[in-house]
Amino acid sequence: MGDNLYKERYSKRGMTEVRPMTAKVGVVPSADGSAIFETGKTKAIAVVRGPRTLHPQHMQNARTGILRVNYGMMPFSVEDRIRPGPNRRSEEISKVAEWALSSVVDLSGFPNTVVDVFIQIPQADAGTRVAGINAAAMALAHAGLPMKEMVSAIGVGKIDKTLVVDLDKYEDSLFHDGEGSTDIPVVMTSRGKEIALLQLDGKISFSEFREVVEMAKKACGDILKVQTRALHEVSGDRLQVTGGDDE
Amino acid sequence: MMSNYIMPNLQIEKIESYLNKEGKRLDGRKAEEYREIVVEDGVSVNSASAVRVKFGKTEVLCGVHLALATPYPDSKDEGTFMTSAELHPMASQQFDIGRPGIEAVELARVIDRGIRESGFIDFKGLCIREGEKVWQVFVDIVAINDDGNLLDVAGLAAIIALGRARMPVYNEAEDKVDEGFSDEGIPLKKDVLSFSMTFHKVGNTIVADVNQEEELISKFRLTIAVGDNNGEPRITAMQKGKAGTISVDDMETILKLAESKWKEMFGKIKEHVFS
Repeated sequence: MGDNLYKERYSKRGMTEVRPMTAKVGVVPSADGSAIFETGKTKAIAVVRGPRTLHPQHMQNARTGILRVNYGMMPFSVEDRIRPGPNRRSEEISKVAEWALSSVVDLSGFPNTVVDVFIQIPQADAGTRVAGINAAAMALAHAGLPMKEMVSAIGVGKIDKTLVVDLDKYEDSLFHDGEGSTDIPVVMTSRGKEIALLQLDGKISFSEFREVVEMAKKACGDILKVQTRALHEVSGDRLQVTGGDDE
Repeated sequence: MMSNYIMPNLQIEKIESYLNKEGKRLDGRKAEEYREIVVEDGVSVNSASAVRVKFGKTEVLCGVHLALATPYPDSKDEGTFMTSAELHPMASQQFDIGRPGIEAVELARVIDRGIRESGFIDFKGLCIREGEKVWQVFVDIVAINDDGNLLDVAGLAAIIALGRARMPVYNEAEDKVDEGFSDEGIPLKKDVLSFSMTFHKVGNTIVADVNQEEELISKFRLTIAVGDNNGEPRITAMQKGKAGTISVDDMETILKLAESKWKEMFGKIKEHVFS
């Protein structure tokens, strides 16, 4: 098996330590809701528009409004320029983010409408889908849409034999020694601590995976505080986020 | 683009209550029971391999093709790999002609990642001349009939097609691929083979290998690819689908099922892939 090659993070962070996070809502004035979420060098902007009438009409649902998520990376967000427009990766991420956010948003009061969520990444250092979902959850709350609870997202990973949270680009894609790197984005609901998104690529034992879920739970608790604080800056006490430690 | 398929409420109730009360599915299977798996070879003689895989009535064809390509600048001595999926309207009234919809894109990407990240393909073994010429491996999946669980059927078809594929012959003097195939298989790392199992929550029950009706009404799905680590199962890929959330208890049920199903099925799967 060999020795563990990743005993200390090159960034000197603790294994369960997230990168410095900042969040702010109301960053796009024309939107119904908006937020920016930053973790380390990764930045994500999310904008909510709607509920508005859904076109084409045949896509409308007479029982409920629908949520539609569009995730994309800006061409200058990474070192190699990304061609503008959708690609297979962005289409898939949009869909899994849509599923994760749909699990907590209740649009039954807005039949035949759509709520569009646009997630854009101006600067990427891994973890863009989770940063985007953190921003999007805040933007949905900022838009005043009915939400059963909040969601928070984190990337957990395994670098060689070590479990860590909030991987940056070096840990995610540049570390190939030993067992390499396993990336596991997780989205958790704030109150029920249920899993709303889960993806994994790499190699990990069943017992390690159980540990990953526990680490994600703790990190999502940290992130929820940052999201809640940013929302309270604009809402005062009018907004209640359930599931945090303050309850 | 998927058209809406209407499921009668009565049928939904019937499926869910039968599972809750009898612990069984309408086709008589237990919750964790798979349909019969059928594997056939020789779908196209023009391909490095082309197989047919069926789980009950769900049927998929999958072919492997190798072509000459230029390597990527950041991996000059490695071959390249691409998975595509066509969810053709012949397979289901839910599919339409045209550009791959999100279902096809997700399916192809989940299978592509699973194979790529498991290290099953020996990409260095696909290098012909470093920095200049490598083999590009295409895995093409076409759905023939969708009766649920296309993800697992297509995933199995992909690894079987790779396992049975023959190398083409590279003609160095003329820098082209000669007609026909060699007797050699493509370079694979056989010990890291993994296969995927998808579990759905239907009613209050976690079920494996869903049929189409169960798939339509399930709250969430979780796909887990599991490989071999010295006799012990090891997770190599995961993907959750649909808007439902997974509770701690459901997750534990799925993990235990995945471990026991892997132990039960892995030997047979391996035989299919390397026969």
